[in-house]
Amino acid sequence: MLKDITLGQYFPVESVLHRMDPRFKIIEIMLFIVILFAGDSFWILALGTVFVLLAQCLSNIPMKMIWKSIKPILPILALTALLNLLFIDDGDVLFQWKILKITQGGITTSLFMMIRIVLLIIGSSLLTYTTSPILLTDAIESLMSPLKKIKFPVHEMAMMMSIALRFIPTLLEETDKIMSAQKARGATLDNGKLIDRVKALIPIMIPLFVSAFRRAEELATAMECRCYRGGEGRTRLRRLKAQARDYIGFVVCMLFLAASVTINILVK
Amino acid sequence: MKSLSILETEDLTYTYSAGTPFEKTAVDHVNLSIEKNAMIGVIGHTGSGKSTLMQHFNGLLRPTSGKVLLDGQDIWADKKRLRDVRFRVGLVFQYPEYQLFEETVYKDISFGPKNMGLSDAQIKERVLETAEMIGLSEELLKRSPFALSGGQKRRAAIAGVMAMRPEILILDEPCAGLDPKGRDKLLRRICEYQKKTQSTVLLVSHSMEDVAEYTQKLLVMNKSKLFCYDDTAAVFRRTEELSAMGLRIPQIAGVMHTLRQKGYALPEDIYTVEQARDAILTLLRKGGAAAC
Amino acid sequence: MNVIVDAQHLVFRYPEVTEDNETNVQTEPVLKDVSISIEKGSFVAVLGHNGSGKSTFAKHINAILVPDEGKVLIEGMDTADEENLFEIRQKAGMVFQNPDNQIVATIVEEDVVFAPENLGVPPKEIRQRVDDALKAVKMYDYRKHAPTQLSGGQKQRVAIAGVIAMQPDCIVLDEPTAMLDPQGRQEVMDTIRRLNREKGITVILITHYMEEAAQSDRIIVIDGGKVLMDGTPKEVFSQVETMKSVGLDVPQVTELAHLLHKEGITIEKDIISTQECVEALAALLDRTE
Repeated sequence: MLKDITLGQYFPVESVLHRMDPRFKIIEIMLFIVILFAGDSFWILALGTVFVLLAQCLSNIPMKMIWKSIKPILPILALTALLNLLFIDDGDVLFQWKILKITQGGITTSLFMMIRIVLLIIGSSLLTYTTSPILLTDAIESLMSPLKKIKFPVHEMAMMMSIALRFIPTLLEETDKIMSAQKARGATLDNGKLIDRVKALIPIMIPLFVSAFRRAEELATAMECRCYRGGEGRTRLRRLKAQARDYIGFVVCMLFLAASVTINILVK
Repeated sequence: MKSLSILETEDLTYTYSAGTPFEKTAVDHVNLSIEKNAMIGVIGHTGSGKSTLMQHFNGLLRPTSGKVLLDGQDIWADKKRLRDVRFRVGLVFQYPEYQLFEETVYKDISFGPKNMGLSDAQIKERVLETAEMIGLSEELLKRSPFALSGGQKRRAAIAGVMAMRPEILILDEPCAGLDPKGRDKLLRRICEYQKKTQSTVLLVSHSMEDVAEYTQKLLVMNKSKLFCYDDTAAVFRRTEELSAMGLRIPQIAGVMHTLRQKGYALPEDIYTVEQARDAILTLLRKGGAAAC
Repeated sequence: MNVIVDAQHLVFRYPEVTEDNETNVQTEPVLKDVSISIEKGSFVAVLGHNGSGKSTFAKHINAILVPDEGKVLIEGMDTADEENLFEIRQKAGMVFQNPDNQIVATIVEEDVVFAPENLGVPPKEIRQRVDDALKAVKMYDYRKHAPTQLSGGQKQRVAIAGVIAMQPDCIVLDEPTAMLDPQGRQEVMDTIRRLNREKGITVILITHYMEEAAQSDRIIVIDGGKVLMDGTPKEVFSQVETMKSVGLDVPQVTELAHLLHKEGITIEKDIISTQECVEALAALLDRTE
């Protein structure tokens, strides 16, 4: 059901990766993405795999959870692979039937794309699995704080993100409930023509929106009652503080970056 | 009396997240036979499995094992007929006003009947009749459901299920959040509906006072198992067992129970204020007569 | 007398938006000349049917609403004065009906932190306040849990802790148990009573449950925007007929005493607890024997 969506979910166990400064983790994951997308040789992918495996070892996240994060994107993965397979015309033709042609280059590219996407997903899930949503928003707020100088509402953005994260499970549960209630009144949600299906969404979407607005209003009042007045004059209980392990981690990431640059130069 | 029952369960069992560490049996081998034309209370503390059980009655949940029989037919025998089952067994969830969505109250109440494929004339008849039974004026039917008061919204949402004229109507905590007057009014209307339609109504409630006053039979769930299904009076006689499972009996039943324990000759099946008054008066007059 | 809440001739009407979008049309006031003063440290229950104006009154205590006429003073501060806003809200905390819609954070502890952070409390002191607040509502062991993992009663206790962390003198609870099961209601009531007795926090409880009101020191019944009754639970509940006429209830034992009284039996009319009822009936039955 809807509750099974894992993307963006925190997996609370003890590990080195969990304890690392979330700001560093975000920067590192960004570097990782740059590495993945800057190069186009399999060596880069091998390097990325080593990186992901290393992170996984440090994270205490079971392989099962990693698999769970990839599972929902399998159809997309299959589709990209198929498209690459069929439409890339490069190198030896291995198989031909009417206009369909599979080439050596097609296979290589589709494999390359698949591995790249899988690595990307695993990398970013490791970030969300090991970082609680609050730390994540704190980190984003902290990383973006220079933007305050140009009057960008950094605190408000972070507050909005954390409230969204807070209410996702509540609204998912609510959606389930409304769906059951309408099904009990004979609504059919899972068959018929596309137009019927879209129409069938109305009895679900309208109550959901109404309820979301009601919740928003109540939450706003409750926040005001607890003296919320924006970011000004606020103190924070938690201060993000970088420690030795964060710098070590950062150095390791820089080494990976250096390695990837070297590979890119050598391959060319 | 087999012929009088409408809904039966055979060894009904439901397990959440089977095969994972979160595995939990919510309904455990429940055997029940629910009769036609009855007002039944469903009690049990939160997590006792009563809500899960109710969702099996109209096929929203599929039993892990065991069967649900409606008029002797397994409701899961033919998946295509499941929708018909939902029309025959109506389920009103907690806070049903959060499912209102149409432009007018009239249209919202017609949603169920329309899904049943009734003609416009039939729908109109059903909606008007139901609105009257639940106490919504024709004037209100033209309004947007979102413009109603809290109590009116609740009634409109309940009418939406009643208008399907289910043979069994299940209401999950229909009075949650209402004030005492609103609660009494709504329960009285539900009782009238039950009598008028001769259907079976299952009232899930945390309020022992309410079930004591309005139901004839009680279905008690405890720790995923059916504790008992019996006449309301007979259930409230089992004071100790009920308190042991964390169910609070009506205050007045508690008073009578304590007095009986102290040796006063009060009858065992008193659970409403009127019954208590009459019993006390009888005892006083008898005592008075003996003293004379 | 040490008064914490002092409402003087309070009148309030919700602005009605008419077809041509003109606001402030004179409508029937929701509160008509309400004067209530509440003593520090007391436990007051406010009763009234839906739409009687009791929630509107509650919202005046921490300046979510301000009076159209008359005034409300919280520890002597006028709620109509914007300058006092945050001090009033810190002094008089508010807990609402739906616990889900007042919890801001994804971790229990983080939620309790919210108000002290808003108030600019130094981090070290925040830590202390949060721990104390969570212990006061007996949720300290759950400080690292996600609110979605908690029961209704537990969530509501977290919401109470979120208010306690502001170190208020008074808490206003607007039907805090309406959405809870009996066990959750019990937990919340125990918590409120403990805060009142042990910490001396003034409690203003708005409720539909007569058993809860029976536990207070004083009951105020609001009907049609006016104070209809104001007295001890015994004084208020013994007016069975008046209570029923305004759509309210009385405890079953009070009703029994009332019914017996009507039959000409001599029995106290102000019985409100099970214990009292058992004793009175036993005495009555012994007398005839």
